Amino acid sequence: MLELKQISKAFGTHRAVRSVDFSLQCGEVLGFLGPNGAGKSTTMRIVAGVIEPDHGDVLIAGQSVITHRRDAQRHLGYLPEGAPLYPDMTPLEFLRYLCAARNVPRKACQQAIDRVIADARISDVLSRRIATLSKGYRRRVGLAGAILHDPDVLVLDEPTDGLDPIQKQAVRALIARLAKTKAILISTHTLEEVPAMCTRAIIIDRGRVVADGTPDDFASQSAGGLEETFLTLAGREDENAA
Amino acid sequence: MTSWTKDTLTGLKAAYGREIRAYFATPLAYVFIAIFLMLVGVFTWEASRFFDTGLADLQPFFYWHPWLFMIFLPALSMQLWADETAYGTSELLLSLPVSLTGLAAGKLLAAWTVAALALVLTVPMWLTVNYLGAPDNAAILLSYLMSVLMAGAYLSIGAALSALVNSQVLAYIAGVVVAFLFTAAGWPMVLGGVSDLLGPGAGDLVAQFSFLTHFETAERGILELRSLLFYMGVILLWLSLNTIWVSAKRSAAR
Repeated sequence: MLELKQISKAFGTHRAVRSVDFSLQCGEVLGFLGPNGAGKSTTMRIVAGVIEPDHGDVLIAGQSVITHRRDAQRHLGYLPEGAPLYPDMTPLEFLRYLCAARNVPRKACQQAIDRVIADARISDVLSRRIATLSKGYRRRVGLAGAILHDPDVLVLDEPTDGLDPIQKQAVRALIARLAKTKAILISTHTLEEVPAMCTRAIIIDRGRVVADGTPDDFASQSAGGLEETFLTLAGREDENAA
Repeated sequence: MTSWTKDTLTGLKAAYGREIRAYFATPLAYVFIAIFLMLVGVFTWEASRFFDTGLADLQPFFYWHPWLFMIFLPALSMQLWADETAYGTSELLLSLPVSLTGLAAGKLLAAWTVAALALVLTVPMWLTVNYLGAPDNAAILLSYLMSVLMAGAYLSIGAALSALVNSQVLAYIAGVVVAFLFTAAGWPMVLGGVSDLLGPGAGDLVAQFSFLTHFETAERGILELRSLLFYMGVILLWLSLNTIWVSAKRSAAR
């Protein structure tokens, strides 16, 4: 469903992503982990077609993001880092705008909006200006926008950041439900979320994939599980750099 | 209909709806229209001494259009792309399956609609000169149409620069500077200087690139094909630059 083929991206002399290569099937929820500046968001932006890689390709439902960008993007739902939204719009207006931008027919649009309002639990803020919403609500509105067109692949950059524990639980449950029919790539800083949300995890550091496995794999590799593996790999890179 | 055409129309409709809503959801459009109407009235009735001319025509009204557009229209277009950067929504926009040309055209059309609405609201001036005398209504209608087209040209420059510089303030300043060049190139003082320095041929050549030159022919009631093509060419050129500069974000974005 989602295939990253040796993608690399440099900004000037800084190599943000180096030959990242993995694939994701329908039903998988992949936790994308790494310290700040490791290349998580850059990789996700490349997958979403927001920026172009210097090398490599990304296939979404068999369509190349490089050569058939718009066809690939039809199959993709994307929640960018920080869930950026238009502050002068209401959530309802924002969702209608996305329907128009994704050419969803009017009748189907209303049904889709009703569905994501219930899924993201934003019914009580529909007519409030986004500028007045809390961080948690904004993220849920962004999430509603990402799943509005029922995409095959979801790319969510820190979807639970800024949510309270109850909202986090609701988002995790939603992701678990969506995962039955989709491939989902999630970045997060919160390692404890990975076993609760993800069927697989990849650790990226300095633009390279340094570990790839299921939460059970990480648990069996070391007593400290995923967290210890994460700290070891990131720490090792820091020591090497020093 | 090809996939590109369909995706362009989709992007155009979505961006147009979003921007028109944004203009009227904030005070921007209302403030722009109010200040434009006030100043166009002051310049027409007072600065051009309309009532002292003893003529029932709108030449003193249209005379100021290029200069007012040069100052005001960059204020209308400056946020078109700069706001996307400020809100972070450019990332969301670039992840949508629409063509960038459609998005750029939709944003431009929205700003153009607000400018056209401001011009429509000056129609009472037209009615006033008809009440006072017997103006050449065909020339006035032609001037209005050419003024709308000229507004589109100014806005296309401002919109493209908004995509280039990513900051409202810089977009406004750059928009006024570039618009000034396109306007002043037809100013008699500039043309005289260019002709003196480089010869009359150079002066004529520079004049052909000025919004003033092409607008003046319409004010005289003459519809010139080359003026129409000039304004449409300017709009298409800057719309293309707009699309290229937004597209460049894909490879240069950090």
